[in-house]
Parts: sequence; C-alpha cells; structure tokens
Amino acid sequence: MEGLTLSDAEQKYYSDLFSYCDIESTKKVVVNGRVLELFRAAQLPNDVVLQIMELCGATRLGYFGRSQFYIALKLVAVAQSGFPLRVESINTVKDLPLPRFVASKNEQESRHAASYSSDSENQGSYSGVIPPPPGRGQVKKGSISHDTVQPRASADQQEPASPIVSPQQSPPTSPHTWRKHNRHSSGGNSERPLAGPGPFWSPFGEAQSGSSAGDAVWSGHSPPPPQENWVSFADTPPTSSLLTMHPASVQDQTTVRTVASATTANEIRRQSSSYDDPWKITDEQRQYYINQFKTIQPDLNGFIPGSAAKEFFTKSKLPILELSHIWELSDFDKDGALTLDEFCAAFHLVVARKNGYDLPEKLPESLMPKLIDLEDAADVGDQPGEVGYSGSPAEAPPSKSPSMPSLNQTWPELNQSSEQWETFSERSSSSQTLTQFDSNIAPADPDTAIVHPVPIRMTPSKIHMQEMELKRTSSDHTNPTSPLLVKPSDLSEENKINSAVKFASGNTVDGYSSSDSFTSDPEQIGSNVTRQRSHSGTSPDNTAPPPPPPRPQPSHSRSSSLDMNRTFTVTTGQQQAGVVAQPPAVPPRPQPSQASGPVVHRPVDADGLMTHTSTSPQQIPEQPNFADFSQFEVLAASNVNEEQDNEAEKHAEVLPVEKASDPASSLRVAKADSKTEEKAAASVPANVSKGTAPLAPPPKPVRRRLKSEDELRPDVDEHTQKTGVLAAVLASQPSIPRSVGKDKKAIQASIRRNKETNTVLARLNSELQQQLKDVLEERISLEVQLEQLRPFSHL
Amino acid sequence: MAVCIAVIAKENYPLYIRSTPMENELKFHYMVHTSLDVVDEKISAMGKALVDQRELYLGLLYPTEDYKVYGYVTNSKVKFVMVVDSSNTALRDNEIRSMFRKLHNSYTDVMCNPFYNPGDRIQSRVFDNMVTSMMIQVC
Repeated sequence: MEGLTLSDAEQKYYSDLFSYCDIESTKKVVVNGRVLELFRAAQLPNDVVLQIMELCGATRLGYFGRSQFYIALKLVAVAQSGFPLRVESINTVKDLPLPRFVASKNEQESRHAASYSSDSENQGSYSGVIPPPPGRGQVKKGSISHDTVQPRASADQQEPASPIVSPQQSPPTSPHTWRKHNRHSSGGNSERPLAGPGPFWSPFGEAQSGSSAGDAVWSGHSPPPPQENWVSFADTPPTSSLLTMHPASVQDQTTVRTVASATTANEIRRQSSSYDDPWKITDEQRQYYINQFKTIQPDLNGFIPGSAAKEFFTKSKLPILELSHIWELSDFDKDGALTLDEFCAAFHLVVARKNGYDLPEKLPESLMPKLIDLEDAADVGDQPGEVGYSGSPAEAPPSKSPSMPSLNQTWPELNQSSEQWETFSERSSSSQTLTQFDSNIAPADPDTAIVHPVPIRMTPSKIHMQEMELKRTSSDHTNPTSPLLVKPSDLSEENKINSAVKFASGNTVDGYSSSDSFTSDPEQIGSNVTRQRSHSGTSPDNTAPPPPPPRPQPSHSRSSSLDMNRTFTVTTGQQQAGVVAQPPAVPPRPQPSQASGPVVHRPVDADGLMTHTSTSPQQIPEQPNFADFSQFEVLAASNVNEEQDNEAEKHAEVLPVEKASDPASSLRVAKADSKTEEKAAASVPANVSKGTAPLAPPPKPVRRRLKSEDELRPDVDEHTQKTGVLAAVLASQPSIPRSVGKDKKAIQASIRRNKETNTVLARLNSELQQQLKDVLEERISLEVQLEQLRPFSHL
Repeated sequence: MAVCIAVIAKENYPLYIRSTPMENELKFHYMVHTSLDVVDEKISAMGKALVDQRELYLGLLYPTEDYKVYGYVTNSKVKFVMVVDSSNTALRDNEIRSMFRKLHNSYTDVMCNPFYNPGDRIQSRVFDNMVTSMMIQVC
C-alpha cells in the first residue's frame, strides 16, 4: 500500500480508534468484530465497507493491522465525504474530514466524531455537557464519569488510548486531571500486570487486586505511565485505597467543576482532606508496616537502628541516593534510628517512590511521626501543620507530575500555609536543639577555670591553734605565741592579715590541708588565699589561667609542716597584708615584668628569707616592699626571739620563727613604738644567729642596737641571717657534747638542735619548692601572654 | 553570606565544596586548599593536651585583599572552610560562628543517615539546601 499520510488529528483519532478496537491490547491487530462494528458505525453501506476492507488489504491479510486499519479509516472518511473509494484517494483527498462513526452503542465514538469533526482544536469543541477537555482523554474520562462503572473492556480501551493522548495535553483544570485519574485508575485497574520488584513486595499482590476490584474509578495523581507502575506495583493496597478516596468526590462533576474555580479552595481542601492526601497511610498499609517493623524490632516502642533499616530498605532496590533522601525525610528526630512512625513514613515513601511518585522535598504532614515523643514545639508545629498541610501533600506528588500543575494553581493558599507550617516545623526540628546543645558545649573560658578550692579547716578554736603553736615550736611549753594569734584583734588590718597570713602561707606552702583557721574569719583566709592566687593569676594577664594551687606536698609531714605553715603564713600574710605588690623575695629568674613581679613574689612570700638570699640583688629595686617585709621579718624575729627567750632552740626557730613572728611582730608593732623596733627585731635574729650558743639573748637591747640600722640592712642581714642561721645551726651542733654532766641536757639540746636543723632544712626545701612553683606559674603566665600575642603575628 | 563553602575530611580531601557559580571556581578551590595548611597550623598550635578544650571555631585563617577565609574544625578533624567577601563588612564574627554551627549540625545530620558512608561525597539535598541558604544570593 502506498504510504499513508495522516494529519495530526487524524493520527490521534486513528490511534484512538485502533486502541478502541484493540480489545486484546495487542497493539497490532484489531479484532475484526470491532472493526466491523466500527465500520457499521460509520454508517456506510456494507458494500462500501467491504470495499474499504478490500482496499486496505485486510481481506488479503485476514486481519486488520495498524496500517490497514488506518487506511480503512481513511477510506471511511473518504467514503463519508462522498468521494469515490480509490486507493489513491487516501492521500489525494485533501482536507478530508475525520471519519465519522455514528454509533449509538459507543458514545465515545460519536463524541470522538463530534469532537474531531468540529475542530482540530479539541479544546474549543466541547460544549457544556462535557467540560472542555484538553484532549480526547477528557472526553473519554467524561464518558467514564457518566458511567461510573464502565465495562472493563471499554475502560481498558480508553486506558491505552489515554496514555497516548494525555501527555500531549496538559490539563488546564483540576477536574480534568481528576477525570483523567478516574480514567486512569479504572483503566489501570484490571490490566496492569503485577510488576512488583520481587518477593519483598509480593505479599501485597493479592491485597491490591482485592482492593482494586471494587473500585472502578481511581484517582491517580501521577501521569499515566507512572500510574501503571503504581497499579502494577500494587504491592500496596495503600495505593488503591489512596486512589479510592479521590474518585469518590470526583464523580460529582458539578463538584468538580465548582472546584475548578479558584473560589472553592475550601471545598478543595475539604475534599482533599476528606479523601486525605496521597501520602496518608491507610490502616492496611499501617498494619503491614507494623508487621514489617516487628520483624526487625519486636518492640513496637523501640527503635530500629540505622544499619538494620539500611539493609531493610536496600532490599527495595531503590538507588542509594534516593534511600538516603527518604531517610532524611523520615528520620524526624535525627537520631539515626527509626521509631515505628518514622519507619512507617519511610516505608510509605519507598512505596510511593517505587510507584513512580517523586520524593517530596519535605515530609508530608500525614507522614510525620506521632508527636507524643517530640518536643512541644514540634507538636504544635505539626498539628496545625497537619491541617494546613492538607493541600501540600497533594501538591507534593502533583508538583512532580507534569499533569498536575492545576492543583498548585488552585491551592495557592494552602501552599502558602503549608510553607508556613513547613518553616515552623523546621524551626522545631531537632537542628535547633542541636544548635542549642552546640552552644552549650562552647569552649570553656579559661578564665573561668575553677580555682582549686581551698580546703581550709573550719575548726576555729584557740585550743587547736595553741596546739598548732605548740607543734610549731616543737616544745611542750605553752606557746606564748598563742596570744599572738589571739591578738590580731588588736590590729585592724594586720589582724586579718596575720590570721589570714598564717593560713594563706600555710596554704601556699602546704596546699591547704594543714591550715587551721583562727578565730578570725576563715573565709577571709580563703579569700585571701584566693586573692593571692587570683592576683597572681590576673595581674600579668587577664586571660591567664590562675596559677595552679600549690600542691599539698608538704602536707604529709604535718607536724613539721605546721611549723612551716606558721612561718610561711606569717611571712606571706604580712606581705599580703600591707603591700599586695610587695615582692620581698624575687625568685631567681630573669628580670620579671613588673606585672608578674607581684605574681611571683607574692606566692614566694613564704620563701621569706630564702628568697631574700637568692634574690637579694633583685630586691633592691623593690626596696620599699622589702622594707615592710623586713620589718615584719624583724618583728617576727623579734617576737620570736622574745617568745623564745626561755627556749634553747632558738636557732632552729630563727628562720621559721622569723616568719612566724612576723605576725607576732606586727602585733607587737602595736606595742612597739616604731620601725626601729622592727629593725631591731630584724637585726635581732641576725644577732641572735650570730650569737649562736646563747640562744636567749635579750632581744630588746639588741633591737635598740639596731635602731639606727638602715632598712636595707635587715635585708642583707636577713640574707646573711639565713646563711648565718644555717651556719649557726650547723655550727651549734658540734658544741653539743660539752660535758658528761651536761650530757643529758646536751643530748637533749642536740636533739633539739637536730630537730631544728631538720625543720630548717625542711623549711628550706619547702621554700625552694614554693619558689619552683612560682617560677612555673610565671612561666605559664608568660606563655599565655605569648599565646595571646601570637595570633597577631599571623596577620 | 559566603562565597564558597567547603567540607574537608580528616584526610584532607574534600567531601563537599560549593562556590558561587559566577566566580572562577578554581580560584576558590585553591584558596580552600591553601587554607588547609593554616588550619593544620592552628590545630597543632593548640597543644596536645588541650584537644578537649580546643575551640572548634578557628576564626579568620587568613585574609586576602578580596576575601577572608574562616575555618572550623570538629573533634573528628573534619574541617569546614568558608570564604567570604571582604567587602561584606556586615558579617560579624558571631554570624560566622552561627553559620559554622549550622554547617556542623547539618553535617551531623548527614552522618546520622545510615545510607551515607563516611568518606563519600555529601549528596544530601537537605545539606545542599542549607548551604545554598548560606551562600551569597546570586541573582
């Protein structure tokens, strides 16, 4: 046969007719019966029909192939238009109207004829009965809608026809789409073979068929090809049930038509909510999901870990990227595990994706997990979101399908509201909580480093103090210094200072364990200590971490440390008392900055004379401080000396006593007249030490002797004092064995001296350790400073 | 508004890098690459003992005449590098911090996804959306 040229309209028409005749959906051969029926509908005389058939070659072939069918149709048109039937007339006759098939049985054909005969433009050709369809499909749909339950055959025929037609035309209004969906659903129902991806989805095959049986009208929200997949996919009664809901309202044309108008957005919403959104999970689906959930996690309130979920969903053979996206959508609380609701949502999304639905960008509200476990904000966000979202889920799938732009158009309000809800739910998402959490773990400010608490013993008791004094003096005598301790009340600042000093120094030296609280405020002591610490920490640099509290190393040897405490407390307290910036003992290091000076010095207070000895040259610039310190020292020495007038072990006590006596001496200051006494006191130890053997020279005359001494000298004296003391102590020892008769005393004296030496050495040791700590602290502060300066070096 | 955002893995290969399309992307890639050296320097400077205390936000890595590069390191040595326009003076430090925080949150969300293999390129749409929101709106 010669080639047949068909116009577009003809092409469509003929293909439709072919589909119509192609009952068996062979797509190649039409049933003769149908063709004959069609020809009869063409209202042509039989002989003409026979002629046509002969011409198209069907008689020869015995069947109507597509080409034959088309030729036949063309010939019918020719015949109907009155032209003689000629083979050549197929192509020669121009502007041949479409063959008209008047069939009372087949409405569609008449409609077709009407539609196609009137206008090539399908849109304009329809009048009121059938809402202007964008294409033939619509007509068919209309016909279907009239007959709610079309014979499957016809539906089938329409169905195959529609796929050809519909993609070419976009439904202008929603009702058309719904109609199309009707048609599609009805068409797709019976025919589509189950093309499930495998055993994974097979359980649902029967369910689907069962559910689909009753519904002639489905509403599919996707273009026909995907719908085929949907239907064939079947696995889920969900799909069928989903679609079931839709047609119910669509059947009502008038409703549809009213819906088509934008004013009935509410109606749409109602309708959409009435048959829910395509994302809603039906009970059957949910039950299936729950069963699947149980296979993985028997506890319905439990979680499915991410790995198990991954394996499970990988079985669906979706691409990993899509599974990843599904996971992101469904894991609502972002915990890496799926609750039952999350699992159902994920499963549903997988099913939808399998059926050709595109994945939404946001989780549809009907799939959102139950809000019981979520935050209140999420609850609030979701529940209203559920209402407002009613449009959006329908929007979600339609948005992806080219055939559903109308939904978007008709539901602008819903879209906006859904967006609002979306943002709200976003806000309520866990990311915010994460953010808050993240901010909570902001790096700790080094400045806020907790200062080591000062375990100050809170047992203020004079007896206790006296005991400590006794221990300090390592003698059984009633400690005359106890009044010293009591006397702080006399002096306003020095009181506190002294008491504080004792503790402070004790703290600095011993850590904190052995410090006893005086009757005075222990908190003050603590504060002094911390102040001391904080000063050292902050003075060099505000951001410098406070120097670490001194380790309670000497705390073990309590008795001896007590002595140290006393002495150190005295010295440090005094230093702290009067002059905060008083560095009586500059640690032996390269000239520290002034800022760090006090840092260094103050903690080094306890070093007292030791530091003096080592850093005497550096003490000179800090002369005035030293002066005070020396005064204290002198006082202490004097006081101690006074105390120990009756004691033999002055040597041992000189050093510690000097410091211990500082508060005492400061106390005595009140009693004493002036610095002269202090100086004298300062010199007293020197003299005393130099005196060696006579341990109990009257301090007073000694003091007065030193009245005129330069203030600096006490430093030097103290400097030499220590060495002198040591020498004295050491020197005094050989003199122990004097006579047999005095052996006892001598032995006792020697014992005492040895003890004193021990204490002195221990004290020296602690002082050196303290010095070391101070050095380290200063180093840390310097490093911090350097660190701060360093970032600038990058720029 | 960043001009370029990159996520670098621990082994210093990019997991995700995106720049505003108008500019020459290669230039941004190069900037990010060179900034890795600065990041490593800052990490090592923090000290060994301070790993826990180390602040995640590194701050300005280095400025060029047109752009500034900011860095952020997580505890698992995953680095976020952000390039911003120098002319955008309205950007304050805490804004940069908040942007990094969002990046970090989104990154952890990506990590939580069992379908994501650590070391893969990040292909999450949610992450993309978040990054797009932070990039300069190129009209």
